Amino acid sequence: MQKSQTLKISLQHAGKTFVSSSGERHIALKAGNLDIYEGEFVCLVGPSGCGKSTVINLMAGFDQPTEGSVQIDGKAVLAPHPDRIMIFQDYGLFPWKTALDNVLFGLKCRGFEAVEAKQKAMAALAGVGLTAYAQRHPHELSGGMKQRVALARALAVEPSVLFMDEPFAALDAFTRLHLQDELLELRKKQKITVIFVTHDLDEAVYLGDRIVLMAPNPGRFENNMPIELPYPRNRTDKQFDHYRKELFEAFDLVHKEAGRKSIEAEELQQGGSGI
Amino acid sequence: MPDKIQKFLFPAVAISLFVLLWQYAASRYSSDLFPAPRNVIEAIRELVEQGRLWKDIGISLLRLTIAYSAAVSCAIPVGLLLGRCQPCLRSIDPLVQLLRPISPIAWFPLAVLWFGIGNAPAIFIIFIAAFFPVLLATITAVRNIPAIYYKVSSNFGAKPAQIFLGIIIPAAFPGIMTGLHIALGTAWIHLVAGEMLGADSGLGYLIIDARNFLRTDMIMAGMLLVGVLGLLLNRLITAGEQLINRQWGITRQQ
Repeated sequence: MQKSQTLKISLQHAGKTFVSSSGERHIALKAGNLDIYEGEFVCLVGPSGCGKSTVINLMAGFDQPTEGSVQIDGKAVLAPHPDRIMIFQDYGLFPWKTALDNVLFGLKCRGFEAVEAKQKAMAALAGVGLTAYAQRHPHELSGGMKQRVALARALAVEPSVLFMDEPFAALDAFTRLHLQDELLELRKKQKITVIFVTHDLDEAVYLGDRIVLMAPNPGRFENNMPIELPYPRNRTDKQFDHYRKELFEAFDLVHKEAGRKSIEAEELQQGGSGI
Repeated sequence: MPDKIQKFLFPAVAISLFVLLWQYAASRYSSDLFPAPRNVIEAIRELVEQGRLWKDIGISLLRLTIAYSAAVSCAIPVGLLLGRCQPCLRSIDPLVQLLRPISPIAWFPLAVLWFGIGNAPAIFIIFIAAFFPVLLATITAVRNIPAIYYKVSSNFGAKPAQIFLGIIIPAAFPGIMTGLHIALGTAWIHLVAGEMLGADSGLGYLIIDARNFLRTDMIMAGMLLVGVLGLLLNRLITAGEQLINRQWGITRQQ
């Protein structure tokens, strides 16, 4: 594990409330604290409407908290920054650019010269096993390949934080397992903090140093669960099963409570945060 | 290859049937009133012999090119601006909606008063005819750019110029292309109208001139030429559009 004791991301009493045009208040994230350390791999899990996407958007600077603060490296996050790259579920690739040009886009934004940018881009594509596909357009690639291109584009600019918002949710099961392993491999090589939003509990136990369980109505942090298993993890391992069981039980509680609470509230709450 | 057969044979059959029907209808009237296909071919041959055919086609295409390029090069920048700038769009939109339903033909009396008979009124009318489809398509295309492109750009720290040239223009391009396609058809239709009213050359003038001499075969020859050229222009721009859509990964049923 690459966990250190240096604080990387810190949510201090951070919350987000939307006010609709009719004046209704919707709490997407109830004010809460969360500390993430350098090199940590943190999975945010929770049922729909628990605010996990809100949290990742606040940390990435795409959104601002309505109370409290979000800090990275001790500085308030006011806008997105190339040192912290977001990976989206639907890839965010530019369809008119080849895989190579997509990776180059990030590097060119960082001001790299053409030759150096190309070297870095090709190295990044090689890192995700896509050297042979550099000249393909996104529509000629499978979903897994597209997400690899997005990953290569992100890693090419050497960010210190990777935000991943349900990155593998749209992929088939086999591709998902492959990409999970590839992500862990890439993380071994590049010292990086990863915040990973998922609703797949197995995925969370397999990937995370720590799982932050969230609950809906209102969206909030519920539970902090360190997964003290060495990598690579074995899904059939007894201890893996232990963590898995623990998480499923905690999730079940959250889920049941959410179900009870949301009977009347659901329609009002929808369209807020989370997926 | 049944698909190939369908693609070429079926239209050939339809056109043949149409010509037969035309021939039949024409046979029931005097050829001065309703010329047969043969008379029209004769008229076209006459145009070729007079050396008028290529001259009229040339001048019409020249007017089209000038007016269409001018309209496109005005409409795209304005559309990009309006698509990106919500307050600008809010302000301008009612004006656009007010001007757009006015048929370009309605501008004709003013166009002739302002510019006299010649190239200018036709060019002016085509300009108006082509301007609005391109403008509206561009605005829509820019507004429909997925938010995720902007998110990714801002995440990597793209500068405004990089976003504009590298993201907005290429992302909007297929949508703009649709506008260019529609506008070309509209422009061609209005070219003929413009030339019928305010010019002394070109295919539209050819038709109106033939009417003045009661040459119905020549009228139809003019109409046929307008149709054939319109078809070719459409084929040309469709090919361009498909090339771009392929490049962008947009597949569209033909």
